[in-house]
Amino acid sequence: MNPVTRWFGTYALWIYSAIAFIFLLIPIAYTIAFSFNDSRRSNIAWRGFTLDNWLGICDAQGVCEAFGNSIVVGLSATVLATVLGTMIAIALVRFRFPFRNATTLLLFLPMATPEVVLGAGLAAEFLTAGVQKGALTVILAHTMFCISFVVVTVRARVASLDPALEEAGRDLYASPSQVFVRVTLPLLMPGIIAAALLSFALSFDDFIITNFNSGAYVTFPKFVYTAAARGIPAEANVIASAVFFIAIIFVVVSQLSAAARRKRLALQG
Amino acid sequence: MAFGAFGGGATAVAVEPAVRRRSPIALFLLLPGILYLALFFLAPLFSLILTSLQQPSLTGDIGAYETAFRWENYTTVIAQYGEHILRSFLYAAIATIAALLFSYPLAYFIGVKLRAFPLVQALALTLVIAPFFISFLLRTLAWKQILSDDGFLVTSLKAVSLMAPDAHITGEPIAVIFGLTYNFIPFMTLPIYTSLEKLDLRYVEAGNDLYASPARTFFAITLPLSAPGVVSGMLLTFIPAAGDYVNASRDFLGSTETPMIGNVIEANFLVLQNYPAAAALSIVLMATILILVAVYVKRSGTEDLI
Repeated sequence: MNPVTRWFGTYALWIYSAIAFIFLLIPIAYTIAFSFNDSRRSNIAWRGFTLDNWLGICDAQGVCEAFGNSIVVGLSATVLATVLGTMIAIALVRFRFPFRNATTLLLFLPMATPEVVLGAGLAAEFLTAGVQKGALTVILAHTMFCISFVVVTVRARVASLDPALEEAGRDLYASPSQVFVRVTLPLLMPGIIAAALLSFALSFDDFIITNFNSGAYVTFPKFVYTAAARGIPAEANVIASAVFFIAIIFVVVSQLSAAARRKRLALQG
Repeated sequence: MAFGAFGGGATAVAVEPAVRRRSPIALFLLLPGILYLALFFLAPLFSLILTSLQQPSLTGDIGAYETAFRWENYTTVIAQYGEHILRSFLYAAIATIAALLFSYPLAYFIGVKLRAFPLVQALALTLVIAPFFISFLLRTLAWKQILSDDGFLVTSLKAVSLMAPDAHITGEPIAVIFGLTYNFIPFMTLPIYTSLEKLDLRYVEAGNDLYASPARTFFAITLPLSAPGVVSGMLLTFIPAAGDYVNASRDFLGSTETPMIGNVIEANFLVLQNYPAAAALSIVLMATILILVAVYVKRSGTEDLI
């Protein structure tokens, strides 16, 4: 084999992966770059660098209101789904109960159902029941599709929890509720937080289900969808970029701290 | 099930599982969530079935329907929108295969090559899911601008005559399939990564020791051992791709030539107020997906579903 082919054979996967990562990041870079575009009405052609969009996020009509609505919906759905999902996750790992397979299937199906079916189904139900679409129907819908993801996330944490720690609590004469609040819950917290973040992210970016159940209520993705026909204001890019940076910083910091913890444990071990 | 791959990387450490016991507490823990799903997941599906069989109200008002068992609604929508249904499954299938070809080498790189560097591995995974952190609609619009006729890509391709002067990318089926592929790549990469990350490399070494060619080792050892991840990834990509209506929408990567089943459901439900047609199409889509899921469940069992 000649050296060039051999070199390529060794590094082909590295080169491919580098190109793949760049490809994945292209539209992200584009969206962030155009948040700095000195756009007047339509944010399609590059007209020069400006910070105006970042300094006056709320200047574009409706952007901030839609963003605020998305936060309200995201927080409400996250709290509801995290509580309901965590309870189910604990029951699944710790208890024996009838209809276990049916329960698992019921939790799996919402994740395997196309969003358009979930959205249309809820909309049909609200229509039949005569429920007015608005903030409440959006929150109810988001909570529904977040529950399963919470169960999956928290369940892994419950399953990895060492029962000896709770036994120790009981041995020290803690009541069952004390054991739960002082031992179980703190140990589950990383899983619960991960589940809450996942729920918020899913809710915040959901468009398809929201579109069917929001009526005149405008969330951030719905604002973008409606604006797409006539041109997206650069302020929308600002909000998306800011959310992106916050999420990335959050994930990277948590990974760095996990790496530091691994190192500490390795040193102790 | 690798749906758990989205659980924020909470890799479970193997601990002796606590003995599951019977207790009324289980009922208290399960009931609220299960009732919620019954009310807002099962009841809506039931509601869709009822709606799909409705007939127009005698008053003739637009959007007014009454309960009936009009099964011909199904034959009507299949005859009227058969093309859209087929197009959805075709686009979703091509996007799934494209995402698989794109993701497998990348997942292998992260799961196997980067195994020695846990921190780099974690950061590489972050890059894979990074598209999820920027708005789904805005990243699709970004591709629309990049691939547009005035964009850098199309103008350069036309300048070197690799593209006909009157050809387009946006609005064509290729753009819609491209968008579906890009948007759901993380759903494919993560489960494959989860399988490959656990791959015991001693099996691969054994293959090499027995003088198998790299290709033979890959097809006889690596690929079968990562099959659960590949299957989960294909389901996780195909399902949202088949039901998507953003990529194929006229304002995004599609045109009037590319509507998928999702676009038809949206138009019938939210614009035309033809609820029975929208509901019947939803049931057709759901039934097709359920067949795929049933095959999957049969293969993997219910306990591993979530």
